Amino acid sequence: MDCFDEMFGYDAEPPPRAPYHGYQRWFEGQDSERLWAISRDAEASFRRTGITFNVYGDDSADERLIPFDVVPRILSAAEWSRLERGIEQRVRAINAFLHDIYHRREILRAGRIPVELIAENIAFLPEMIGVAPPGGIYTHIVGVDLVRTSEDDFTVLEDNARTPSGVSYMLENRETMLHLFPELFSSIRVRRIADYPQALRRSLAACAPPECASSTPTVAVLTPGMLNSAYFEHSFLADQMGCELVEASDLLVIDGRLTMRTTHGHEPVDVLYRRVDDDFLDPLNFRQDSALGAAGLFDIYRAGRLTIANAPGTGIADDKAIYSYMPEIVRFYTGEEPILKNVETWRCSEPDSLSYVLDNLAELVVKEVHGSGGYGMLVGPAASTAELDDFAAKLRSKPDNYIAQPTLALSTVPILADSGLAPRHVDLRPFVLVSPRTIEITPGGLTRVALNDGSLVVNSSQGGGTKDTWVLAE
Amino acid sequence: MLGRTAGGMFWLFRYLERAENTTRLLEAGLRLALTRATPTDSDWDSVLTTAGSRNGYFERHDVLTASRAIDFVLRDETDPSSVASVMKAGRNSARTVRTALTRDVWEAINQCYLSTSAMLNRPVEPAELPKILARIRNEITLVSGALHGTMLRNETFNFARLGTHLERSDNTARILDVKYYVLLPSASFVGSPLDNLQWENILRSVSAERAFRWTHASGINASAIAAFLILDRRLPRSLAFCFQEIENNLAQLETIHNHEVLSHDLSRSLTNRCRNRTIDSIFEEGLHEFLRDSIADTNRLGAQIEADYRFNA
Repeated sequence: MDCFDEMFGYDAEPPPRAPYHGYQRWFEGQDSERLWAISRDAEASFRRTGITFNVYGDDSADERLIPFDVVPRILSAAEWSRLERGIEQRVRAINAFLHDIYHRREILRAGRIPVELIAENIAFLPEMIGVAPPGGIYTHIVGVDLVRTSEDDFTVLEDNARTPSGVSYMLENRETMLHLFPELFSSIRVRRIADYPQALRRSLAACAPPECASSTPTVAVLTPGMLNSAYFEHSFLADQMGCELVEASDLLVIDGRLTMRTTHGHEPVDVLYRRVDDDFLDPLNFRQDSALGAAGLFDIYRAGRLTIANAPGTGIADDKAIYSYMPEIVRFYTGEEPILKNVETWRCSEPDSLSYVLDNLAELVVKEVHGSGGYGMLVGPAASTAELDDFAAKLRSKPDNYIAQPTLALSTVPILADSGLAPRHVDLRPFVLVSPRTIEITPGGLTRVALNDGSLVVNSSQGGGTKDTWVLAE
Repeated sequence: MLGRTAGGMFWLFRYLERAENTTRLLEAGLRLALTRATPTDSDWDSVLTTAGSRNGYFERHDVLTASRAIDFVLRDETDPSSVASVMKAGRNSARTVRTALTRDVWEAINQCYLSTSAMLNRPVEPAELPKILARIRNEITLVSGALHGTMLRNETFNFARLGTHLERSDNTARILDVKYYVLLPSASFVGSPLDNLQWENILRSVSAERAFRWTHASGINASAIAAFLILDRRLPRSLAFCFQEIENNLAQLETIHNHEVLSHDLSRSLTNRCRNRTIDSIFEEGLHEFLRDSIADTNRLGAQIEADYRFNA
């Protein structure tokens, strides 16, 4: 497969493409031994800062570092502005879609997507029917996973409308680069991202319930606790926003308000940025065995006295079966052609698609409909015959559970390897903040990179690393 | 601030103080063993007792030996009081209160934990012991430095200071109580070489040997040592000093919250116990009884602070 390299184009050698000129000039003047030493410093600095994640099912290492590569991924101002428009369009459509399916369901009445896709979807939350989230916002924070397949083509791989994670790595990667290579930032004008935490707080506060008494609403981040794989990010965001990081044991519903236990009594919370799944939010309304939420929280929410970000029930927009209808959804709610492409998707629930998928398994990527994190997926071209056979059996026994997509020629960006610069596949997760008045997209996002030569799996749990992402100023 | 966070700060700084005290105790024990004419393992018995690890040790070992005692107090994973366990518990507390810590404090704690666990992940060779103990203390000192240099002086800071001083007063009282008999005027052979060693050991356990010489030109004697460690408000590890610090921090919390709490009353009575007292009157009351009551009251105070400031749901 001929891959597009974002630094060197298809030739895979200098001269670099325009956005990388400045970087290339600097890189040529560098001693590779020094770069390696700096790269090791970066690891020590991540370890010291405690930027770690926990891997489920791996007892040997309860805290791991996500490998960081020191070569930035660079986007030009023009490339970014087109992406930005496409992302904004898509996020608007997702919010309109969520509002619609929990209210009038016009898209179903219009016959643009099948009814059972919603009605029989486990990610659809019936409790949310008719509920009006404060400010009308469902997805306060969205992470759109994009891949680039050529100079001009950015394709959406999936929408993370539930609880997108990784923004702390985006921010820390930049801090690390500023620390390691200050000179680069004085010669190349890179757009700032450091305002994200303030923007997040502002955006959340703008979605506070109308009856919130104070002009500065109380925002809190809800974490399942220290053992959660993303705990670092939860505490990082709370800290950077200057708000409390709460756990279930801190919360109590009193007199129709959600409160948190402080040193001088219980104080009301207006906006809860929760990093806990819907099911666990409220043992009275959802899973009874949940010890991660607060009893009665959802009742308060329904009464309009609390903002939950993101709103319960948004997970349906993450759903990979819904994903295949996204172009239709964008057209329906915006009246425009989608700016960002969707990957061609076969829904294995449909018999024709299933037989196509089974016939062409070795060329396809197969994913679980409700899965995430790169678990339970098959990358056809990289799989052995035995693995293909195993997966075919799974597909036949539970076709509804899977979708399949062609293996994309993901673009590459060089990493610093033993031999110097070496191309590796990347994806991009920009972060989007939605409030009643504005949609803000932080320039860049999190670039994940598959560190193994030829690998297409960028997930940190499976050998992926990250890079700093630069959007150049005009 | 969240009650749970306040509790996390309190315990984080108790743990750090405990780890620091244990290293100091080991250092003093080591020195005692090295300077005795005939080394005896029984000195390690009192180290174990003071560190609160004696019962745990004898559950695991039949005989007391210096090297096993040192290894146990430093590294035993099953013993909640070992330096390794306390560091781990402290680091966990720090992670739960990450949002209450400045970046400098958090990084100092994280670094302290990482380098301590690297040093303690295998048995410590006797030759390296002094270096390792010094290194651990040094790392903890960096945490204190970051705390004082970068933290806002708000309730977060008060809870940290409460944890430190509660733990410290408990530690000083225990050191004295384990060795109280060598301090009794009636029992001491004044100036005997054995007593001198023991006394110096007590002073070393709280890093006060040099301070004592500067403040007591007339020379070393049992009741002066007891007075120094219990009543002298210049010494940052004396009971009087710690009790005063606890009271000050509770008073500041009371101002912030504009609310009287029971723990403040308890702490005032602790402070009063050392105010306008002479060491002779403590000896009359009974040194052991005095220390035992101090330890019990400090525990009670800790529990009351926990309740007053809603550490737990």
